[in-house]
This record gives sequence, C-alpha cells and structure tokens, in this order.
Amino acid sequence: MKCRVCGKPASLSLRAYNTALCADDFIAFLEKRVLQTIRRYKLINTGERPLVAVSGGKDSLALWTILNRLGFAADGMYIDLGIAEYSQTSYLKARAMADELNRRLFRFSIPKVFGKEVAELSRITRRPPCSLCGTVKRYAMNRVCVTEGYSVLLTGHNLDDEASALLGNILYWKEEYLWKKDVVLEGQGSSLAKKAKPFFLCSEREVAAYALLKGIDYVYEECPYAVGARTLVYKNVLNQIEEMSPATKIMFLKGYLKRLRSEPKREQATSCIACGYPTYTEKCNFCSLMDRVGGDQRFAVDTYDPAETRMEPGETRPDNHA
Amino acid sequence: MTTLSVLCYLIRMKVEWDGRSYDIEKRMTGRKLLESFNLSREAHLIVANGKLTTEDQTLNTTDTVRIIRVISGG
Repeated sequence: MKCRVCGKPASLSLRAYNTALCADDFIAFLEKRVLQTIRRYKLINTGERPLVAVSGGKDSLALWTILNRLGFAADGMYIDLGIAEYSQTSYLKARAMADELNRRLFRFSIPKVFGKEVAELSRITRRPPCSLCGTVKRYAMNRVCVTEGYSVLLTGHNLDDEASALLGNILYWKEEYLWKKDVVLEGQGSSLAKKAKPFFLCSEREVAAYALLKGIDYVYEECPYAVGARTLVYKNVLNQIEEMSPATKIMFLKGYLKRLRSEPKREQATSCIACGYPTYTEKCNFCSLMDRVGGDQRFAVDTYDPAETRMEPGETRPDNHA
Repeated sequence: MTTLSVLCYLIRMKVEWDGRSYDIEKRMTGRKLLESFNLSREAHLIVANGKLTTEDQTLNTTDTVRIIRVISGG
C-alpha cells in the first residue's frame, strides 16, 4: 500500500476512511482530527485551562502529547490506585512524559487517603474494584480541577471505549447512562469542571499507532482488574463487525451524537452536603465511601513540576492556549 | 546443497506476541500472520524490523516481527 498523500510506502491502513498513510502523514492526520474535534464540539474554549487525566496508558499519554503539540498548555493528573507494581510503573511513565513536555503532574493517592489499596477497599465495601475506581476517579479528577484552577478536564476515551460503552448501555437498556456519553459534558459553576474527550472520533488502533510512531513509552500491560472485563468483549464484537464492514464504529457514534442533540436536558445535580461537589443524592459516592471506610484527604495530592528543576531563575512557563 | 537446505531451515521469521516468541517458517503477509494467530486486524498492529507496517506487506523469513495489541479494558 502507498501513502495516499505522498506516495511513499504506507505505515497504516485506515479502512474506515478507505485510505492508507505513511508515518508522517498519519501523525499529521490524527493531530488534525483531534484539533477539528476540539473546535467543532468546543472542547477547549479561549481562556480555559486544560488538565489531562493521565493513566500512563497509550491513550492518555498520546492525548497529553497531542494537546501540547497543538499549542494547548495542558498539565496532567494521575490517580494512584495503589495496585502494587502496576501503579508504580504507570506513574513513572506519566512522570517521564511530564518531563518530556515540561508540564506539571498532580498525583491523587488512594493509599494516602484511605491507608489502603483498592483491593482492600473492595473487600471492605464488597464493591468490585472497577466500581470503586470509578467513584474515586470522578471525585479526584474534579477535585484537582476545582482546587488547582483548571476549567476543563480532558480524558483519553477513544472511539472504541465510547462505542463499547454505548453498546453495553443499549444491550441492557441502561437509560440512566445512555444519554450521558457526550463528547463534552459542561461543568456546573465552580464545583464541577467541564469534561471533554478529544479522541471521541479516533479509534483505539489509530491512537495506538500514533503512540508507537511518536515513540511514546506507555504501560502495555492491562490493569489487573480489567482482565475479563465485559468492555473487552464488546470491543471484540464491534471489531469483528468493523472488519466485515469498515466505518461501522464511527457511524454508530456519529449516529448517537446526532440523536443526543435532540434529547431533552437532564435534571441538574444538587450539591453534596459534605464536599459541595455535584451529586444526585444527599451525599456523593466518594464522601459516603469516606464515611464508611474512614480517610484523611490532607495529603491526598502531591505535585511534580519538572520546571522547578529545569528553568532558570526568572524564567516562566508558557501558558498561552492555541 | 545440503548447507543451503540447512540455512533455509534455520532462517525463520521471529514473531513476538503476547510475551512469547514464535518461529515462522514461511513468508506471508501481515494479514495472513494475524489470521494464523486468530487475531483481529482492527485490534492489532504489526511492527516489522522496528517499523509499523500495513497488513498487505509481505513479511520475510529474515524479518523480526512484533504484534501489538491495541485494545485495553480501560
């Protein structure tokens, strides 16, 4: 196969677009697609400070790289779940990227808050680790945004993540979640940061190829709790369909977005009586977890700033957005 | 002739997949290679001699190939 742009040998075939591209042209293609998504769906508006949720995996590290290459001065945040070597390795990958981009990296630590790792919390609360992880992540990401002054949180959710979640919600008709998968979820006053997914229309294969071609050093191993996850089954099923009929996944999501725009707005959340963050119950899930297990948030967040060691006295880091 | 036969026998494509190494005797396209491992083209990438390649490319017995899983549970 030849690159459709320059005619050199192609590195990646993109069946959904009926094309193939060489390394350089594919990198330009994906970055342009992310910028188009950001502009079209107003993911980052002028004056908004972006923060990327970084797990150490390919999606979040690629997103952090692309945003900074596109001129969005985005810092990162990492959530330490306390999963033995996996968390240690993934944090080191995230920190190496912070060094490369010369951006700040915040770390919210579950073991520091609860004095326990996710596995132990799971045992005590009798909740699956992934469910606990979701509760903590939603809270922690919002907390860092609110307290550190970031107006938009960007996550590395890609086309396959969104299509598989949508399939799962449809299969079981989970209507309470069905219409909550937008590209952008607006914030609420000063207590809830806006959330956005710039990879919404980029497939997992495209993001992985980008990470590979850019030499991004990411955690290849799966989270030990994700092994056997239902999401993986949905992704495999969707990929089987995609092989037979290219562009099915993107059509599935574009069709969803079209229908989403005509759905009535959801009810507004109220404020948690303990932390003040939005919730649909009296107390948010995280504060309920704190009540049940006990915890101390005073040392929950630490900041790694490569600039502190690298910049000359008086030098400042550029914070202007594209 | 015998030496040549032995050399041909020894030269095999080295394939790394899922933490294991495999020796493949025949040259084949990336697509055929993925099929032989029963892997989806949508969920995997092929790196031959350190370079990302399309699935229609023929992989030779002298090549070192890495199959990369792109799907994660996240």
